[in-house]
Amino acid sequence: MPLLWVLRDLLDMKGTKFGCGKSFCGACTVHLNGAATRSCVTPVSSVGSSSITTIEAIAGTPTGRAVRDAWLALDVMQCGYCQAGQVMSASALLAKNPKPSDTDIDKAMSGNICRCATYTRIRAAIKQAAGMPSADSRDTFV
Amino acid sequence: MMRAKDKVASAGDESRRAFLRAGVAVGGGLLLDFSLPGVLNARANAPSSPSTLNAFVQIANDGAVTIISKNPEIGQGIKTMLPMLIAEELDVDWADVHIEQALSDPAKYGAQFAGGSRATPLNWEALRRVGAAGRQMLVSAAAQTWSVPAAECETASGKVVHVPTKRSLSYGRLASKAATLPAPDLAQVPLKDPKNFKIIGKPHPGIDSPRVLAGEPLFGIDVAVPGMLHAVFVKSPVFGGTAVKANLDVIKAQPGVRDAFIVVGGPVFNGLASGVAIVGTNWWQLDQARELLEVTWDEGATASQSTEGFASQAATLSSQAPAIKVVSDGDVVSALGSSVRTLQAAYSYPFISHATLEPQNCTAHFHDGKVEIWAPTQNPDPGRKIVAKTLGLNDADITIHMIRCGGGFGRRLMNDYMVEAAWISKQAGAPVKLLWNRQDDMQHDFYRPAGFHFFKAGLDAGGKLQAFSDHFVSFGENGKAAPSADMSANEFPAKFVPHLELGISLMPLGVPTGPLRAPGSNALAYVFQSFIDEIAHAAGQDPLQYRIDLLGERRQVGAFDTGRMIDVLALVREKSGWGKRTPPKGSGMGVAFYYSHLGYFAEVVHATVGAGGKITVDKVWVAAGVGSQIINPTGAENQVQGAALDGISEALGQTITLNKGRVAQSNFNDFLLLRMNQAPPVEVHFLKTEHPPTGLGEPALPPVIPALCNALFAATGVRIRSLPIDPKLFA
Repeated sequence: MPLLWVLRDLLDMKGTKFGCGKSFCGACTVHLNGAATRSCVTPVSSVGSSSITTIEAIAGTPTGRAVRDAWLALDVMQCGYCQAGQVMSASALLAKNPKPSDTDIDKAMSGNICRCATYTRIRAAIKQAAGMPSADSRDTFV
Repeated sequence: MMRAKDKVASAGDESRRAFLRAGVAVGGGLLLDFSLPGVLNARANAPSSPSTLNAFVQIANDGAVTIISKNPEIGQGIKTMLPMLIAEELDVDWADVHIEQALSDPAKYGAQFAGGSRATPLNWEALRRVGAAGRQMLVSAAAQTWSVPAAECETASGKVVHVPTKRSLSYGRLASKAATLPAPDLAQVPLKDPKNFKIIGKPHPGIDSPRVLAGEPLFGIDVAVPGMLHAVFVKSPVFGGTAVKANLDVIKAQPGVRDAFIVVGGPVFNGLASGVAIVGTNWWQLDQARELLEVTWDEGATASQSTEGFASQAATLSSQAPAIKVVSDGDVVSALGSSVRTLQAAYSYPFISHATLEPQNCTAHFHDGKVEIWAPTQNPDPGRKIVAKTLGLNDADITIHMIRCGGGFGRRLMNDYMVEAAWISKQAGAPVKLLWNRQDDMQHDFYRPAGFHFFKAGLDAGGKLQAFSDHFVSFGENGKAAPSADMSANEFPAKFVPHLELGISLMPLGVPTGPLRAPGSNALAYVFQSFIDEIAHAAGQDPLQYRIDLLGERRQVGAFDTGRMIDVLALVREKSGWGKRTPPKGSGMGVAFYYSHLGYFAEVVHATVGAGGKITVDKVWVAAGVGSQIINPTGAENQVQGAALDGISEALGQTITLNKGRVAQSNFNDFLLLRMNQAPPVEVHFLKTEHPPTGLGEPALPPVIPALCNALFAATGVRIRSLPIDPKLFA
């Protein structure tokens, strides 16, 4: 059984979302030993004694809390369905790379679809959580 | 920024609320024919319970204000925005406001739907009047308490102040008395001068966002009720196909499966489809069990339909006269004959899917001849009617909880999942949560219809457009276009060219179609604003100025105000540096405008084509005319940015292909949505005018697609006449 469905239906932790079932969309992203992992294709049998963190507890880590706070301060979400996964991918990125470039952000976040396309604010929120200026360095049209 | 608190509605609260009917206009403006029936304030509330001022407002003794948000939340931010309108005129602090999601109850709340970008124009005045009426009752209660004229009282931050004596009473202290007073005439209650707004016009983040990021179970897929079973429902891969027989015994023997049965279904789309239901204790196990399912389908007539077949039919029809004349102004044939320069071009676009990230789902509990439904729906009341009709019940037997939707985009205006869940619950004899998997969702949509356009245009010696025609080959039967497959007589440049014909021919279609964000417009903007760009280039003129010249004098043309469009074009010209930049080789800028959902939008895209035809969208500028007031600026900007990127997503990657009556795509590896690395910065400018505010869920989307295609032409000289954009064109 995939970790996603163990979380959602056996442990009643509904914050992690089902989007595609095949690791294409990232809505189900959790941390496995700190690494962003698609829980919809992760057999629970493979988890062993690894440490799992989900959206329910992400604000308990300093990085996760900073990401969550930036997300709320910048009012990132529209429908919100992908945002648990986005926050998990973003906090995994910042835990490893505290000052990511726009290219780093593209690389770490392109596995997470936002159907409402709130990408502008996701990018800004990651930078705000990192304590960086939130302007988009790709935007040279000033 | 302050954040109101939130609490979840319970059905039991409903009976305590008084009745208020807020009349809303159909088309263009607001009717001030509100009535407050006599049941309002029929009895005083017990001291411990909140006092009900009207159907939308309750105030507790401690001053906590509960505001009911009546419309479905699909990510457009309505659960936050509608209460802002009430709270403003009620004159309370946002931090004291709790928001409750209403049940579906049109008799109490009027229309409750998320569609057509209508919530702003329909509620802008109506809900402010609801708040103002509540305020007036509180002022009257204070004035009576003090035996002073109400005119000597003012309000602020949830208090009434008697100005001459500086006495004050909190709303909490006044609420139970206010609730016993007669309700004022909504049409007569005074509204604030907008310059005194404290809530409207200030950014208010989404009310439920903290709960989403805490992992709370807010979405339809998260619903759980006692004794609930799970269900999957397997439908025919060919639209309209019916299940004849299936290996139900094999399925029933699988782990987690309690029951499996054939649903015969009905004949209409958006009713109950035929299929095989599998019910059990664990959804993932059911989804595994379905892999073993073998069904004999009667596939029906649609099995002969395909995307390729439609394209060749359209080509054949294009050589004939259109079956339906939509507009016929002047004499196009003669005018083309006398033109100095003529153009013709064939454009097409594919079916596309809504692909809400939360797959369709619904929880239903049939018991004792009634159904309780928990549905992520944009449009609950038609769902109630389908369920009632299909299950042989009365509308009043069906309770619908509107659950937060993980995206809508028009998909959840349809309620097929609702009637499926209700039927399965009835047959299973238990509450059931039906969840579609991604393949179900992508292959059983109400698709944005494909379309084929065959254009001609003629220019005079000065490059002025004097003749224009479009033969739109679309879908439908018996002279009636399929849902969202029509074209109106107002399609620009109709009424702006002396000799103009718009006509339609229809091909029969067995595939369900329906509204996708900015329905009609999301396709028509692309073809018309692209062909107008071709015309401007053929005339040797600047494409932005050519559009302004085509709009001509500032005037009203039907509902369309040319001056408002000229102004947003001028604004986007200024903000984007149009005509002042020199894009590097391989890059270009394109422009387009479009009027839809009462909104005036002009957009510029800067794009680059690199090695191997790789497309980079560098930047989007949006100039938006939506009236006098941006109600919630943070939500407004987010909607516009999202809509613009949604359009780019459609243009770059999205296509649904039909083969033998079935959809070829099944997931996000073959139906491509925009991702972070493709998403350009989107700069948004609102042009404030004196017109009433209008909605923002949709109108930013249509013009971005032609603006992008026109930018690619400017960059490469290659015209994009078919979507999605094929990078091989640039190789």
